[in-house]
Amino acid sequence: MKPGLFSLFNRVGAWVLLLFLVTPALIAIPVSLTPKRFLSMPEGELSLRHFQKLFTSPEWLSSFFQSGVIAVSTAALATVLGTLCAIGLWRVSSKYSELVRAFLLLPLIIPQIISAMAFYRLWIPLGLLDSYAGLILAHTILAAPMVLITVSASLATFDPKLEQASKNLGASNWTTLRRVILPSIKPGVFAGALFAFILSWDEIVVTLFISKFTIFTLPRRMWNGIRENTDPTVAAAAVVLIALTLVAFVVSAIISRRNEKRATS
Amino acid sequence: MQALRKHIHPGWLIIAPLLAMVALLYLGPILNILWLSITDPTPGLGNYAKLGESDALVRILWTTLRICLITTVFSVVMGYSIAYAMIHCHERQKNYMLTLLLVSFWISILVRTFAWLMLLGRRGLVNVTLEDIGLIAEPIAFMRNELGVLIGMVHYMIPYAVLPLLVSMQAMDKRVLDASRNLGATGRQTFWRIYLPLTLPGIVASTLLVFIFSLGFYVTPAVLGGGKVLMVAEYISVQLLVTLQWGTAAMLAALMLFGVLAMLWIMSRFMKLSTVFGGAAR
Repeated sequence: MKPGLFSLFNRVGAWVLLLFLVTPALIAIPVSLTPKRFLSMPEGELSLRHFQKLFTSPEWLSSFFQSGVIAVSTAALATVLGTLCAIGLWRVSSKYSELVRAFLLLPLIIPQIISAMAFYRLWIPLGLLDSYAGLILAHTILAAPMVLITVSASLATFDPKLEQASKNLGASNWTTLRRVILPSIKPGVFAGALFAFILSWDEIVVTLFISKFTIFTLPRRMWNGIRENTDPTVAAAAVVLIALTLVAFVVSAIISRRNEKRATS
Repeated sequence: MQALRKHIHPGWLIIAPLLAMVALLYLGPILNILWLSITDPTPGLGNYAKLGESDALVRILWTTLRICLITTVFSVVMGYSIAYAMIHCHERQKNYMLTLLLVSFWISILVRTFAWLMLLGRRGLVNVTLEDIGLIAEPIAFMRNELGVLIGMVHYMIPYAVLPLLVSMQAMDKRVLDASRNLGATGRQTFWRIYLPLTLPGIVASTLLVFIFSLGFYVTPAVLGGGKVLMVAEYISVQLLVTLQWGTAAMLAALMLFGVLAMLWIMSRFMKLSTVFGGAAR
């Protein structure tokens, strides 16, 4: 079917919309290069002082570090729990397991403000407020459904006969899991881990409720900067985050391309 | 033990850790909040009765619903346009489009909110540019009002709207369209009478998804609304963190929760929920 006038018009519109999605974030670049002490567009002169401040200020560095620790731990924990659970649900696949699957997706769908309330409510008596453990646990519960989804998608294309073959050849459940199932669902596991990392790295609503002074993650520091609306260091941080996003995106694209190649060859 | 093992599939053993964690640390406190909504500060439906007494509460609920509805309509229409263009163009162009879409999906919400703050302020780039080229004499108020909140929310929600639509358009049998054209229908007729109805499940899924996510949206309304546009999520956070009133906040949370669950139920009639979210994974 040849594209009609409407179709061409729509395509142009779609490109405009897609550019609208991506370009606004780029304004952080000029703002981060302003030589002034307050948020402004640079006029003529450019300066890197705000990047210097970002990478020498103990507050920002500790936020980078804390966010990194929390996101890596969350990704590890969510990936292990989510992957095991996905494999279990796939093995059981009954009426009940589908019910459990729907239930486990809830943290992803229930509005974050309600999740924040829930964690806040429970973390007070448990003494988990404002601690690494509290944030990692909360983020893991929010991120595990992501892993569940990506791993389940990988499992959907995995041939159950392979598992049967491995068992018939005398492998134990554990060996089958480690040597047969896990290698074939690796792309799903990696994708899940990446999503879990990003979710935690970027999480703000729950973090606002359950952290205070000791734990001050990067999104939380950015949130404060945005609310104060004066210090251009926020812009520098935004530029660093955009750069990290692009790097992560390229890496994941390369990984998924490699997997596709391996799948077709 | 042996008898038990016969009835319970061993798979449950590795499901159990996550299930227990979510049930204890997530479902537990959520039920507790529902309970609070009818017991705090005094047992009874006092918190819910406030809906009839307090104009402020009703106004907040109404603002939230209105903004969410407008956001949803814009996001789904724009998302439909993007998804349609992506499905109906060359593979190469489609990949470029998908890249832009996913990159925007991945950019931190805080970065985006910050960007809008820089763009939409009184002395923001948009106003300054418009004034420089002489289109406007006075800066337009983009922020601290519903317009700013809407711009920020639609911008955030469009990728979420696109993904379910892409899934449903991809799954459609394209031969149906050729058949329609061969039978003499014009392009426009084919679109309105064949294409659109066939993508209806995708539209419903995308509408509900965006609406659900908008309902509890906190960051963008709080920043771009600048305290002038009060939505439920922000009100809840003020109730909890400033005035420490759990009862009212719990009531609002309960309303939101039941609304979301009702919409999920409707959605599950149209589409397998995991397909919607699985779409986001690719």
